[in-house]
Amino acid sequence: MTLREKLGSGKFVVTAEVGPAKGVDTHEFLENVELLKNRVDAINCTDQQSAVMRLGSLAGCYLIRQKGGEPIFQMTCRDRNRIALQSDLLNAYVFGIENVLCLTGDFVTLGDHPDAKPVFDLDSVSLLYAAKQLEQGKDLAGKDLTGAPRFFLGACVTPGAEPLEPQLLKMERKVKAGAKFFQTQAVYEPKKFETFMKEARKFGVPVLVGIVLLRSAAMARFMNKNVAGIHVPDELIAEMDRAENKLQKGVEIAARLIREMKDMCQGVHIMAIGLESKVPAILDAAGL
Amino acid sequence: MIVSQLKPLQEILGYLNGERSVFIVGCKGCAEVCHTGDEAQVLDMKQKLEQEGKAVTGYCVIDFLCDKALVKMRLMAHQSEIQAADSLLVMTCGIGVQAVAAVVNKLVHPAANTINMGGSRGEWRGAERCRECGDCVLDMTAGICPLTACTKGLLNGPCGGAKDGRCEVEPEVRECGWHLIYERLNKLGRLDKMTGRPVLKDYRKMMPPKELRSTLMWALEQQETKV
Repeated sequence: MTLREKLGSGKFVVTAEVGPAKGVDTHEFLENVELLKNRVDAINCTDQQSAVMRLGSLAGCYLIRQKGGEPIFQMTCRDRNRIALQSDLLNAYVFGIENVLCLTGDFVTLGDHPDAKPVFDLDSVSLLYAAKQLEQGKDLAGKDLTGAPRFFLGACVTPGAEPLEPQLLKMERKVKAGAKFFQTQAVYEPKKFETFMKEARKFGVPVLVGIVLLRSAAMARFMNKNVAGIHVPDELIAEMDRAENKLQKGVEIAARLIREMKDMCQGVHIMAIGLESKVPAILDAAGL
Repeated sequence: MIVSQLKPLQEILGYLNGERSVFIVGCKGCAEVCHTGDEAQVLDMKQKLEQEGKAVTGYCVIDFLCDKALVKMRLMAHQSEIQAADSLLVMTCGIGVQAVAAVVNKLVHPAANTINMGGSRGEWRGAERCRECGDCVLDMTAGICPLTACTKGLLNGPCGGAKDGRCEVEPEVRECGWHLIYERLNKLGRLDKMTGRPVLKDYRKMMPPKELRSTLMWALEQQETKV
């Protein structure tokens, strides 16, 4: 079953992300795909995550597809103009990749090529719009395509943003532009997520709550200080501090968060950031 | 000199759609030389808008609309006319539109596109406020330019990278432009402008037209010979 069919059937969906290597050694990447492909419903492949140059998301999704997994092609607008973005959407389709997560992308100076030219010709909303145009057999210039692709389009939202309203307005704009599912930024506060879902429910699109695996208290403090929209509450940081086996505690917290939030939404999206081997343990502990 | 060019009347009427009354602001600085905001242009616009059934509650032409303090002082004399209007139409460059938007508690509409600034920032010098995109979008953002105020120059709303109203890229010096836009639209009761159709930019318009491709002085001289 495809991601579209699973979300359409009302099944609680599990997705997880993998990041391609910085280089061409795909050994670890493929191992992670093997490990995840029968355990989750779809696998996201990140696109130059954090603006760090590496093997691309399209190649990664192709490999996931080859291994029999269901890929979600993450696309950012930082590195390509509308010509290249539209072309990569077509490329994805001919490789059998239907799911596309449309993102704006982190700014270049946050990554490892801070001297690069930031593109942002399109953004998350106009990329969704471009993909919809292609589905209708037209490109952004209004020119006809020979054969139209078909996508299952997704987007991102930050439930922990303060104030929340601008995020909801943008979410509405993304839904109007064609987003059919959302994967969220990491959430550590089920109460805040509940408030968000109360508002987001009106859009009628499935939301997969984002979970980032904590590996230490220092990581939590770092995210609180540096990552917009992520807030790890003090109690969780203290819990991590006290734990002897930090990673095991991180898995336990992730599973607890999933159990607390799973009835509020339509799925969960796990970002293990290099610790993909722990995803099955999180799912086991969460009873999924 | 900042070179600007009046937008087509249809585009301006589109901005005023659903509004009944407007106050017009002109500029005696660069916009006078370019014929986008001098008194004659303002009166011509007034007449055209009235022909289209809009009530013009008043107008004023200010020396340099990019001089925010001056604008605030001069508009004070027109307080009741401005209060009576649904919005303001500002006939000058992007900086002037933003200066007016910063001192009035009303929606502002740009009447012109800024074509070329020749390195000038006008009289409001604290920051880069206009990117001479040639297709002014200040109408949809309550008079705050998303191209310069947002690090990524996003046109369709905020990314997820703002924290406490600051941009994550350089939080110590940059506010989140879209947070500012959100706050002002919220104050004006016009958040609907943040959920409109996707906006794409025509980057051809960013390049100045052939006749203005040369230097600032060249552009100025060309305009002067036309006067």
